[in-house]
Amino acid sequence: MRDFDYIRPATIPDAIAAAAEPGSAYLAGGTNLLDLMKGGITSPERIVDISRLPELNRIERLEDGGLRIGALVRNADLAHDAAFAKAYPMVAEALLSGASAQLRNAATVGGNLLQRTRCSYFYDTASACNKRVSGAGCAALGGENRLHAVLGWSDACIATHPSDFCVPLVALDAVVEIEGKQGRRHVTLAEFHLLPGETPQRENALEPGDLIVAVRLPAEAASFAANARYLKVRERTSYAFAVVSAAAALVVDGGKIRAARLALGGVAAKPWRARTAEAVLLGADANEATFASAADAALADASPSGDNAFKIELARRIVVRALTSAQAGTPERLPALPASPFSSIPGARHDA
Amino acid sequence: MTSLPITLTINGHRHELEVDPRVTLLDLLRERLDLTGTKKGCDRGQCGACTVLVDGKRINSCLALAVSHDGADVLTIEGVAHGEELHPVQAAFIAHDGFQCGFCTPGQIMSTLGLIAEGQAGDDPERIREGLSGNICRCAAYGGIVEAVLEAQEQLAKADRRTAA
Ligand SMILES: Cc1cc2nc3c(=O)[nH]c(=O)nc-3n(C[C@H](O)[C@H](O)[C@H](O)COP(=O)(O)OP(=O)(O)OC[C@H]3O[C@@H](n4cnc5c(N)ncnc54)[C@H](O)[C@@H]3O)c2cc1C
Ligand code: SF4
Ligand code: FES
Ligand code: FES
Repeated sequence: MRDFDYIRPATIPDAIAAAAEPGSAYLAGGTNLLDLMKGGITSPERIVDISRLPELNRIERLEDGGLRIGALVRNADLAHDAAFAKAYPMVAEALLSGASAQLRNAATVGGNLLQRTRCSYFYDTASACNKRVSGAGCAALGGENRLHAVLGWSDACIATHPSDFCVPLVALDAVVEIEGKQGRRHVTLAEFHLLPGETPQRENALEPGDLIVAVRLPAEAASFAANARYLKVRERTSYAFAVVSAAAALVVDGGKIRAARLALGGVAAKPWRARTAEAVLLGADANEATFASAADAALADASPSGDNAFKIELARRIVVRALTSAQAGTPERLPALPASPFSSIPGARHDA
Repeated sequence: MTSLPITLTINGHRHELEVDPRVTLLDLLRERLDLTGTKKGCDRGQCGACTVLVDGKRINSCLALAVSHDGADVLTIEGVAHGEELHPVQAAFIAHDGFQCGFCTPGQIMSTLGLIAEGQAGDDPERIREGLSGNICRCAAYGGIVEAVLEAQEQLAKADRRTAA
């Protein structure tokens, strides 16, 4: 690991001023940053430790019925907050399907949004990668890419965003609260992560020094509590990143879908909100034929970026299954662990 | 950068140390303090061999900077037994043949202590498996661990009832 200066500012403005200097990086839980530093993938000259900044580790209910989750709330603490899991069950499910208990105890809300791709060529400093070194080329394009993107990719980069947490969040219209040198601003999570285009090194809407201070869920997000699921398919039952995942939330009344939210993970450089599929669902009968049409709509623009054509069909089926599970209802015991179709835990099975 | 002063309470003992900011909690324990029970497997958060409790919560010490944990209370495998008397989790691992190799076992025991403290698994074997899935060995010798966790929980609950009475 390269040498770096370490500072632990006492206030948010001090942190922002320090991190605005070139070569700086914030440290929260460190579970992604230290991993990347050990691999030589990133080598900041200055670490700005924000892990003790005051007031960023709170979960607050807002007057308008929304929720504000501080950027330093630990993933495990959020998922195990009983009121949170009850109101936003698919977010709790997604959190608990990510990483391991040890990592979730350290990982923070803000850090999870900003974790880097798990593209193996990005991790291998001997490979060409436009994300690591702008203009270097993309070794994944002609390489081993069965887990790479099927939506929104470009010839410059076919990596996926690995977060589970972000998938239900984008479905629920989450908003990222950012503080920078110019003050506070709000950016929807849907606009926060960027597609690669010609500039895959630019991954999000943050400017130098910008600090994520919170993630907000609007009041409406809780209205899906009775019929919401997160389904994650991975190469082993737990402790692995998603091959494909889906967050599905419905409001069903008299057999008709009155409101619908759908997002996919593991398919693109950002958590993928499937708005065309939501349009198919809205007002339709809640049945398998509707879910299949929605799945077709969600994947209509998908194309393989190499060996990963199977992900398109897999994603279609995951969407149908996630919607079917959501319609069947949120399980009694929450969080239903782990969000795997193969689990033998009652409530966690998505085909039951 | 020059070293920075930190204070850590490790297994009940206070340590005042000067550390290079690059040093992880894992390397500090093993290389500086001779607490080599905590193992370095992958060094990248993928195996759980380095699990310790920090302020009562299990984390991977390989992905934790020591400076960032200034003031913390750390429990390692060396601090689990009371003198010659094994902790109920250790005793249950022996009784149920839950021991893995020397590399995996300390992390498994620390992770089990964390799991029990979190109170999420209860007596559900599936949730115990899930809860301990952050500890991965390369030979899959997990057989007795679920039994050991169930028994340890029972022993600890009994001990709690005795103290309460
Ligand atoms: C083995 C392994 C398996 C994993 N499996 C999964 C999985 O299945 N699903 C999943 O979703 N995740 C998974 N993760 C990723 C893990 O969830 C992330 O590493 C974690 O959420 C990052 O949070 P952190 O607080 O540790 O971030 P850090 O490592 O501290 O920071 C990550 C990045 O965010 C920046 N940052 C952090 N906080 C802020 C802030 N408030 N404002 C601005 N910038 C900030 C940092 O500068 C850094 O660039 C896994 C990680 C490991 C190591
Ligand atoms: S897919 Fe993106 S992250 Fe992976 S090698 Fe290509 S440019 Fe790099
Ligand atoms: S050594 Fe820390 S998780 Fe493997
Ligand atoms: S028990 Fe240690 S590697 Fe399997």
